[in-house]
Amino acid sequence: MRVGVIRFPGSNCDRDVYHALKLVGAEPEYIWWDLEDLSYLDAVIIPGGFSYGDYLRAGAIAAITPVMDGVRELVKEEKPVLGICNGAQILAEVGLVPGVFTVNQYPKFNCKWTKLKVKTTRTPFTSLYKRDEIIKMPIAHAEGRYYTNNIQELWDNDQVVLQFYSENPNGSIDGITGVCDKSGLVCAVMPHPERASEAILGSDDGIKFFKGIIEYINRG
Amino acid sequence: MVLTDEEVKFIKKELGREPNPLEYGMLDVMFSEHCSYKSSRPILQLFPTEGEKVIIGPGDDAGVVEVTPELALAVGIESHNHPSAIEPYGGAGTGIGGILRDILSMGAMPIALLDSLHFGYLEDQKSRYLFENVVKGISDYGNRVGVPTVAGEVEFDQNFKFNPLVNVMCVGLVKRNKIKRATAPNPGEVFLLMGGRTSRDGIHGVTFASEELTSSSEIEDRPAVQIGDPFTKKMVLEASLEIMDKVEVSGAKDLGGGGLTCCISEIVAKCDNGAIVELEKIPLREEGMTPYEIMLSESQERMLFVIKPENIEKAMRICEKYELPAAIIGKVTDDKRMKVIKNGEVIADLPAKLLADPPVIIREAKRPTYPQKSIKVEHPPLKEALLKVLSSPNIVTKEWVYRQYDHEVQIRTVVKPGDDAAVLRIDEENGIALTVDSNSIHTKLNPYHGGAGSVAEAIRNVVSMGAWPLCIVDCLNFGNPEKPTVFWEFKECVKGMAEAARTFKTPVISGNVSFYNETEGVTVNPSPVVGVVGSLKLDNIKTMDFKEENDKIIIVGSTLGELGGSEYYKWVHGLLTGDPPLVRFKDELKAAKSIHNIIDKFGDGITAIHDCSTGGLGVALAEMSIKSGLGAKISTAKIPNNCKNEHQLLFSESHGRYIITVKEEIADNIIADIKVPSSVIGSVGGDSFQIDDLKVPVKKLQETYHGVIEKYM
Repeated sequence: MRVGVIRFPGSNCDRDVYHALKLVGAEPEYIWWDLEDLSYLDAVIIPGGFSYGDYLRAGAIAAITPVMDGVRELVKEEKPVLGICNGAQILAEVGLVPGVFTVNQYPKFNCKWTKLKVKTTRTPFTSLYKRDEIIKMPIAHAEGRYYTNNIQELWDNDQVVLQFYSENPNGSIDGITGVCDKSGLVCAVMPHPERASEAILGSDDGIKFFKGIIEYINRG
Repeated sequence: MVLTDEEVKFIKKELGREPNPLEYGMLDVMFSEHCSYKSSRPILQLFPTEGEKVIIGPGDDAGVVEVTPELALAVGIESHNHPSAIEPYGGAGTGIGGILRDILSMGAMPIALLDSLHFGYLEDQKSRYLFENVVKGISDYGNRVGVPTVAGEVEFDQNFKFNPLVNVMCVGLVKRNKIKRATAPNPGEVFLLMGGRTSRDGIHGVTFASEELTSSSEIEDRPAVQIGDPFTKKMVLEASLEIMDKVEVSGAKDLGGGGLTCCISEIVAKCDNGAIVELEKIPLREEGMTPYEIMLSESQERMLFVIKPENIEKAMRICEKYELPAAIIGKVTDDKRMKVIKNGEVIADLPAKLLADPPVIIREAKRPTYPQKSIKVEHPPLKEALLKVLSSPNIVTKEWVYRQYDHEVQIRTVVKPGDDAAVLRIDEENGIALTVDSNSIHTKLNPYHGGAGSVAEAIRNVVSMGAWPLCIVDCLNFGNPEKPTVFWEFKECVKGMAEAARTFKTPVISGNVSFYNETEGVTVNPSPVVGVVGSLKLDNIKTMDFKEENDKIIIVGSTLGELGGSEYYKWVHGLLTGDPPLVRFKDELKAAKSIHNIIDKFGDGITAIHDCSTGGLGVALAEMSIKSGLGAKISTAKIPNNCKNEHQLLFSESHGRYIITVKEEIADNIIADIKVPSSVIGSVGGDSFQIDDLKVPVKKLQETYHGVIEKYM
């Protein structure tokens, strides 16, 4: 069960995601940005950080790397793809998920533990939660305010994955902070499940994101 | 140039000739206070620096201590005051860059940043500008390199208005067998310079940091401020760790203050060797740079490794992977001289030791006069006083600051910012508690006890988390050392700090001195910033918030009528006079040991611990309530004290005190095990906070404590 963890220059949650994947018994491996053929992988995670220093715009430069061509191919092969934080920004930038993540309403970096509602369980990453389950995970971003022109369509297609609960810390539309594509296999979330994967860190609510990948692959 | 007449005379005598202009420039930076520590060195020898856990003490880029049989910590602290006063965003960012490189030079992965920030009051527009941009500089830089900022302190006071203090501490983790040093032991080995290109920024950064600032500094000295690039730094960090892992490296050192001149002369002088530097090999960012500019440039994001010639290709391949400029720029020689060569011609030739070890200066120290006047104040009603102190910007939550820092990356942060200290896990069982603390008002009023108190308070911070102090680092921010009264304060302060460190048998393993913190004739209050790292078992972690109704509240240590220098006097009465609290070394140690022992003995029976310091007992108790949302009912009758009134009791900042909460049934057993005066003073519960007749809803405390800084930003 090989799960790729993509590394761009400036990625900084790569080791943390790798660690979380190890915890659930996956075989993670680091993928450098210049690799194009990812077909041997069972799933891919794009971790958080500041790929290319967030220069130009978060995710803008990472979006035009060879490895993202590989990710597009993987999507065609119906393999799960998860983008976390900067990874979510990159997936939105390349158009694999709808909408954009833009500058927070209070335009500063915000690192904070948040309560979230799981809005759909049809993605591999959320399949082990209950719909509307409240979970705790931290956010850490300056450009995480989700926006889309087609908000109704998003709800109609069951593409909202996570929603802020009780407080909307960045001004996202409808408090949305995780979305997926129509298939549910490509998922982009701003909160960090890998930072909430062990009770000692404050919560292990996030570990099911990674367990879900294993389940999905095992089901074939 | 800052070389004095005597120094020029000394140099000419050593050389037997007049230095050429390039050599003058090189000597000038190396003789600067910043690089040479020429004023402070004789005094810093007072610090205890040895201990069984110390692997590398002061003198290297950072200190290294053993934390488990397999793992060691590299710890360092640095000031970036002058650059931050001129260009707050870039100045603060490069401050982080510099300390990260120091930690990296020891072969360690940086795992935590802490910062101690001091500004003028936020009513002042310039202070707001400096505060906002320093925090943004730290946020943008620290977050991008993926090192969590886990703790820190912010102080506001009038005297920092023109001269803010920005001190950054960093902790790195390294396997014991992977530790590197800044050495070049083998002649014939070569220097690999990698990372950022050398440019015209930061030239004479160290000499400008070794003079007072003036109102024109903002314009004139801007070119002396380095330009940081966190993205390149992240690549330098990854590439450096990979080089040190895969290539045999006999020495590593970062390029900071003093640039190539400082880096290379120090690394070879330490091993009694020499160096040849070939100027045309150095990757430059711009054309037409003179040898003087190249040798003095403080361009950021550069690292130097000493490697064997046969390993050049292997190391270069790693740099290529990360797309970093890299070059072999010279080699280690055995002639003890530092030679700079351009197109085969020697253009500078100086003894490496002359550059790396300038003679010390014995400065005159003279006690300033302290105004002796008796203090008479009209105490406001207790409730009003408590709420006022609680709303001081020095007491209120610093959430506005630490929300901007990624304090979670690297998934080690067990106790997050906002407690007495942060706790990070370093393996499955073991953790470290980290804090950085200072008390500039106490130090202004009494440098010896202010210095000792800063160490004592930082130690209490980590003890409160369930840890025992492992090592100390310090950043000493003072005015112009050429003024005898400033130098006296410095000397007294170090004496006091050293005594506190000796009391706890905790070595000072690294540090930094920042003099000349004067602008427009205003000298900053002497500010000894103390970083302490403690080690603990993850099972023993304690936090400050009240946990459960009916838990008993115990005060450990005596409260004495020591209101001088208190936040109460300052914020409520505008008073900055009086005698600050004295450190009673033996009691301080006894109290800490008692806390440590009862945690071991009673484990989960101890439910919360908080140290009692700035703001006094009233504030400490209120904070425990605010953080938990739980109320408390407290009676002052049993507090061990010698106070004349309730205001002294609640706001005195006497040292050596902790507040703990414990399970009701074991309260008496615990009191019996505490070796300093202690007593049960109340219990947790309800939704109001009550001390004798004073009664405030917890919600009201929370409102007072939150949103104060936000109002200005």
